[in-house]
Amino acid sequence: MPEKKLMMGNEAVARGAWEAGVRVSTAYPGTPATEINEYMSTYEDVDTEWSVNEKVSLEVAIGASLMGARVLCSMKQVGVNVAADPLFSLVYTGINGGLVIVTADEPGLHSSQNEQDNRYYAMFAQVPMFEPADAQEARDMVKRAFEVSEQFDTPVFLRMTTRVCHTRTVVECGERTEVPLRPYEKNPAKYTMVPSHAYRRHFDVEKRMTKLIALSDTCEENRIEMRSPDFGVVTSGVCYQYVREALPDYSVLKIGMSYPIPNQLIRTFASQVKYLYVVEENRSYLEKAILVLGIPVEGKEQLLRVGEFNAGILKRRIMHQDSGQKGPAQNVPVRTPGFCKGCGHKFIFEVLAENNITVCGDIGCYGLAALPPYNALDTLICMGASVGMNHGVRKVAPKELKSVGVLGDSTFFHSGMTNLANIVFNKSDATTIILDNRITAMTGHQPNPSTGHNVKGLESPALDIETLCRALGIKHVYRVDGYKKDEIKARVLEEVARPEASVIIVDEKCVMVKKHG
Amino acid sequence: MSDQIINILAVGVGGQGIIRLSDILANVAFRCGNDAKKSEIHGLAQRGGSVTSHIRWGKKVFSPIITEGEADYVLALEELEALRYAHFLKPGGTFIVNDFRIEPSSVLEGKAEYPADIDARLAEYGKVERILGSAIAKDAGNIKASNIAMLGALSKHFDILEATWLEVIKESLPEKLHELNEKAFAAGRAAGIS
Repeated sequence: MPEKKLMMGNEAVARGAWEAGVRVSTAYPGTPATEINEYMSTYEDVDTEWSVNEKVSLEVAIGASLMGARVLCSMKQVGVNVAADPLFSLVYTGINGGLVIVTADEPGLHSSQNEQDNRYYAMFAQVPMFEPADAQEARDMVKRAFEVSEQFDTPVFLRMTTRVCHTRTVVECGERTEVPLRPYEKNPAKYTMVPSHAYRRHFDVEKRMTKLIALSDTCEENRIEMRSPDFGVVTSGVCYQYVREALPDYSVLKIGMSYPIPNQLIRTFASQVKYLYVVEENRSYLEKAILVLGIPVEGKEQLLRVGEFNAGILKRRIMHQDSGQKGPAQNVPVRTPGFCKGCGHKFIFEVLAENNITVCGDIGCYGLAALPPYNALDTLICMGASVGMNHGVRKVAPKELKSVGVLGDSTFFHSGMTNLANIVFNKSDATTIILDNRITAMTGHQPNPSTGHNVKGLESPALDIETLCRALGIKHVYRVDGYKKDEIKARVLEEVARPEASVIIVDEKCVMVKKHG
Repeated sequence: MSDQIINILAVGVGGQGIIRLSDILANVAFRCGNDAKKSEIHGLAQRGGSVTSHIRWGKKVFSPIITEGEADYVLALEELEALRYAHFLKPGGTFIVNDFRIEPSSVLEGKAEYPADIDARLAEYGKVERILGSAIAKDAGNIKASNIAMLGALSKHFDILEATWLEVIKESLPEKLHELNEKAFAAGRAAGIS
């Protein structure tokens, strides 16, 4: 009998990919996607790596696909921004071995800097997209996505959201199917996107789209569930669960393949019900598509513009049900997350705040320095931005304004290094502070190039950030002890006044790694 | 089996073992033949923030999260967190609250006061069972087993064999922690009110 167990959505993606014969898995850590690649690394027959950023992870994936292997590449929603450059042209070249890209979106931004809706990336880049509603569907759809990838010669998106990623639901698993490597043949007209080749490939993309539209209208992932002839709801992903819970008698068009949009199926469904609603998170992706067909629909714009959906919103707003319970208790002291006890990277922020230094911050644990009691950050935008933004600040700021860019080791390898080269090249006087804790801590301690081992726990060279900064042309590179506030203060004040570019490395291993290994 | 869904919201502070507790709870329900779902928010949990986990089971469960005002139980490993999520309890539902306080930084810095009247305020929402979960865990050998002690207290409310609970607890923990957690569970169960 097939094994059934409770599985986190992310684990189910990994399980499905493994069953589909995936040989290579690449990712850069990011909530809520991180566990996908962690689970992949537990399969001995999958070559799994943490890449230094999402662009690199996709490029590695493309290379492995070119050589004929099935490949999984997973990232959080903003990771797709980083990987977008290879993505858009990958759509033109197509693939060899099946290539599935997981985008883990975050309505409600529990651990993200925005609520972007990556269904629009599917539409923008013309990448077919599947949207599971629970862990079983995640396992099933990732397998289906590999078939579609190879059948239509295209990368395929699997769009997860936090509540699918981090919910355990019952999953029936299968066994692994070994998929032989597809032979690689050199084919510059397909794989080298010089303008003349790319122009011809664009025709292939459009032909592929016609076939994919037909698929979306007929595939079992897009299905009509008829109940009431009066009320129908078009929905996808985890919102399906909220609809079924709150509106049990409503008919549903459940969209599991959300790009291309199944226009014919939507027309059919709309003709079978009197009133049509749409229930979706993030942007009005489905609602706009339905309106374009000339079909009256309401829901998205009225019910939810920002944040996560839940069944309660539907129960209150559509069914007018109320539990009768009181609202949230008032005057409950907030419990904000903070730096870990004993962290060696908090004193630097005390120094920066106490000395009124403008701080371009970055993504990682140290984003917590934006919150009280530190209130130390002026900016936080995206991975690696601190270094370049500070350089821009220096170009315009008055002389008396002292500023720094602050980022961690993993973020430095992700996209800070190129910024540092830019600083040297353009003769900036910027001071960059690198908090080197030798691990990607915020997402749960994934190894990075400064750690000394890889995702499988095997030894790998630990890149030395000081040497690297010197090689990039920074003449003034200093290490400081993260616990010695006076030493940090003296060093910071000296470097922000220096008319040349400099780097300060706060050299402290993550205290949680020191404690727990 | 009836169509009734059981909703339990587990709340506490990062590091208290909420996620382990809720995994065990969901697996016990699943082993008893239920459809089960468990949903939580990761990310900042280990940085001392407030943590919630939604556990639901029954014949068929749709939503992974509990609607406000519909939880049968709010199981709180920390008192202030019970108050923070009190509105999730259904009218007439039960708080199972660990007799344990962790002062948040807003209190430590003197910007807010830790409420002195938590039980009275919770009583406006539903029944309150205060359990000496952390003291029980300490007696059993380690305060870290507070989560399992509280699970023991909760278990009194369900018609599920003690052996099933212990079986799943043992499967979920390394062997060296079995004795401690079995003790904590049993003592928590004995302290539970049914």
